[in-house]
Amino acid sequence: MKQLVVISGKGGTGKTVFTASLAALSAGLNPGDNKVVMADCDVDAADLHLLLSPDVKEKHDFKSGVTAFIDKDKCIQCGLCERLCRFDAISKDFTVDTVSCEGCSFCANACPEQAIEMKENLSGQWFISETRFGIMVHAKLGIAEENSGKLVTLVREQSKRIAEKNNSDWIIIDGSPGIGCPVIASLSGVDCAVIVTEPTLSGLHDAQRVVAVARHFNVSVIMVVNKYDLNVDVTEQIERYCQEENIAFAGKIEFNKIVVEAMVNRKTIVEYCNEDITASIKNIWDKICHYILSK
Amino acid sequence: MIISIASGKGGTGKTTVAVNLALSIKDANILDCDVEEPNAHIFIKPEIKSKEKVFIPVPEIDKEKCNACGKCKDVCAYNALAILGDTVLVFPELCHGCGACSYFCPQGAIKEVDKEIGIIEEGSINEIGFVHGRLNIGQAMAPPVIRVVKKHIKNDRVNIIDSPPGTSCPVISSIAGSDFCVLVTEPTPFGLNDLMLAVEVLRKVRIPFGVVVNRSDLGDDKTDKYCIEEKIPILMKIPFNKDIARAYSKGEPFVRCFPEYKDMFLVLLGKIKETIA
Repeated sequence: MKQLVVISGKGGTGKTVFTASLAALSAGLNPGDNKVVMADCDVDAADLHLLLSPDVKEKHDFKSGVTAFIDKDKCIQCGLCERLCRFDAISKDFTVDTVSCEGCSFCANACPEQAIEMKENLSGQWFISETRFGIMVHAKLGIAEENSGKLVTLVREQSKRIAEKNNSDWIIIDGSPGIGCPVIASLSGVDCAVIVTEPTLSGLHDAQRVVAVARHFNVSVIMVVNKYDLNVDVTEQIERYCQEENIAFAGKIEFNKIVVEAMVNRKTIVEYCNEDITASIKNIWDKICHYILSK
Repeated sequence: MIISIASGKGGTGKTTVAVNLALSIKDANILDCDVEEPNAHIFIKPEIKSKEKVFIPVPEIDKEKCNACGKCKDVCAYNALAILGDTVLVFPELCHGCGACSYFCPQGAIKEVDKEIGIIEEGSINEIGFVHGRLNIGQAMAPPVIRVVKKHIKNDRVNIIDSPPGTSCPVISSIAGSDFCVLVTEPTPFGLNDLMLAVEVLRKVRIPFGVVVNRSDLGDDKTDKYCIEEKIPILMKIPFNKDIARAYSKGEPFVRCFPEYKDMFLVLLGKIKETIA
């Protein structure tokens, strides 16, 4: 069983649209074969469900971390908690800003009157669902909640458990933009990170940073340029960068307004049309398979 | 005045709106809080005048004084300390820098030392102030870097905060304290789904907000309908234009190629000021 994660650094380069097509291509003809488990690890702005229309079979709460609550009856307003808090979460009138509170419990441990209680957060929900390509594990982080990294890890653990049980060939992970905690959590221990970028200076800048993060965690990377014909000069620049840095290059996908049309119709590109873009994605999938299996 | 630009979904045009709005105003101060993947500098091309490192305090154990009593491990909410035999192990990458361990250590054996997690660069171009943060590679926590970027807010200027995508802690840290938040979206199912999440965030943190629809002619009319139903003002629409996309790809702010958009950004600013007042 191989795990691959699709990340990008920059947001909006086409990770999820691409991931959904990989799910379709890796699933084969019969979803009952369970060849692939999909994991949507972009837990704070998950979109993969919009293309895969999951039928939710299991729903679980994600409890993580704690938040401080001050009991006004016990509080003597000594001000210690407010002085100690490094996250500016306690106001002058001794109420806790639950959004700023990082749950360190320093205040509760230090309060001389034991007036502060740390309450467990309900930080989100996670789901196991069936889709037309097989099983999908996904999640919804609560609004303005923390610990997205932990929720990503949980989604990945569940995907792995299911993939091992079903003897699946693939776990395909849709990652989040950026290079911080959810991205690091989605990268650890995967067989390969597919980096989907776009031919813009921002896209290249951000791809370089996420390549550095993947390498920092010893994950090998393979590059895809989406919407490559929007600027062929920058696409060439990305290809040169890959050669110089010895980064595998999986291929290029053309800009096509049909991507939005397919999305509006809740279909993956490879299901929706048979145009140049479909062939490009299929070629890239073959290259990725070859790259991972030859390692 | 502080205006933050956020989105939920990535790649909808936050930086485009932030940069072009800043260039349409004379005395803007742009703060790029997308410290994981900062991009505003690519368009603004500021002259960087100062740099400062960002540190978080992490514990260092004085082995002479430590008797491995385990108090530090007990008060750490992040499992950043562990006891192995008669020594304390520190995992700095898990540490949030709250300071509880050193405060509670009965032996006075814990000193806090600085760990570098990022860098802040400040500069300007013409009249426009510029500051951004860059999270170091391999570091997980963006909010401490974002908080330092925001120390450069200037009260006598129009401060424009370019926020990271998403709905979790880095976004909250970026938009906190804003007078107004512009949500940039695109009229696609992904754009709308993530816009709805971003709207929930703004209602929770109680910051007034409105929507800019980018590539407004690619997709469907569900975003418009949603905004009308929810009584969310659509402040501006930017249609898809290959020349705008090309300008973006080369790091060129599009108000330079399409100066008529400057007026539209000033109208946007006017609407924001009206809402705040």
